[in-house]
Amino acid sequence: MEHPYLFLVSLIVAALLFALTPLALAWIWAKKFSPKKPGKDKNAIYECGLESKPAEWVQFKSQYYLYGIIFLIFDVETIFLLPFAVAFKGLSVGGFIAIMVFLFLLVEGLAWAWVKGVLTWK
Amino acid sequence: MIDEGLKNELSKQGVFTTSLNELYNWGRKSSVWPLQFGLACCAIEMIAASMARFDIARFGAEVFRPSPRQADLMIVAGTVTKKMAPQVVRLYNQMPEPKYVIAMGACAISGGPFKQGYNVLKGIDRYIPVDVHIPGCPPRPEALLHALITLQEKIAAQALTGPNKPRHLDPDAPSEFPVPKFGAHDLEPPKNPDLWQPPKMARES
Repeated sequence: MEHPYLFLVSLIVAALLFALTPLALAWIWAKKFSPKKPGKDKNAIYECGLESKPAEWVQFKSQYYLYGIIFLIFDVETIFLLPFAVAFKGLSVGGFIAIMVFLFLLVEGLAWAWVKGVLTWK
Repeated sequence: MIDEGLKNELSKQGVFTTSLNELYNWGRKSSVWPLQFGLACCAIEMIAASMARFDIARFGAEVFRPSPRQADLMIVAGTVTKKMAPQVVRLYNQMPEPKYVIAMGACAISGGPFKQGYNVLKGIDRYIPVDVHIPGCPPRPEALLHALITLQEKIAAQALTGPNKPRHLDPDAPSEFPVPKFGAHDLEPPKNPDLWQPPKMARES
């Protein structure tokens, strides 16, 4: 007996052939007739007509990590502090130590940012 | 190769015959995508040519591409200042093959009313190969359409092989042309000698 979804499979195959055949023909045509002609301008990254200046492959200072650290301390940590305070009496010793390690790591970040002068309003 | 008379006879009987060459050129000439790129007032006429009244879409050339990577045709529409010339050449270099150039208007073909000025390039054909020149200041949209039709006729006449083959099928033809630099007084070099030489004065001896 014929599978009920056979027509769907055949439609998918037909659709793929319909899409891929022109691409394959164009590819074969290009292989046969048109030589590749790369060049300095043609391979350039920007296409506005201007040369990009200075060189693209340079290291640059990422300033965002400071905001990342401060955000973790004052936003994410607060989210954890409230359930911690609510469940404080029922906590085991292991749970208490785990949350203290978490707090210590984040407060360490705060101390580091403080020493670096990020918190000073200029 | 099919005989021209036989082909004519067959077409009268409703049989269409073609060759690979004709089919290829028909596809090429009917889908010339211009670069969306205007330099001065000629660009306004170019815009008019693309709008409903003149409707360049009738010739398959309405798809103005904002990136040289997707364009076939550069319409140099307007005054090319010496400051702009390197960018024009670089944009031309960034276009994929096959590529064509229409120099639109008096400025693009010769410097036009600014020819005596110090800061205007005296014709873009000094740096890039121009297929069709249109005079006029500015040329009317019909003139641009005529230039496009002329370009299509030029494309249709090209053969796939042999000495008349288009540049993009010729492995020896250069794909990039040197971009001029800003010199102390003029662009360096002031022209591409492979493309353009000053006209020789014919003197009677």
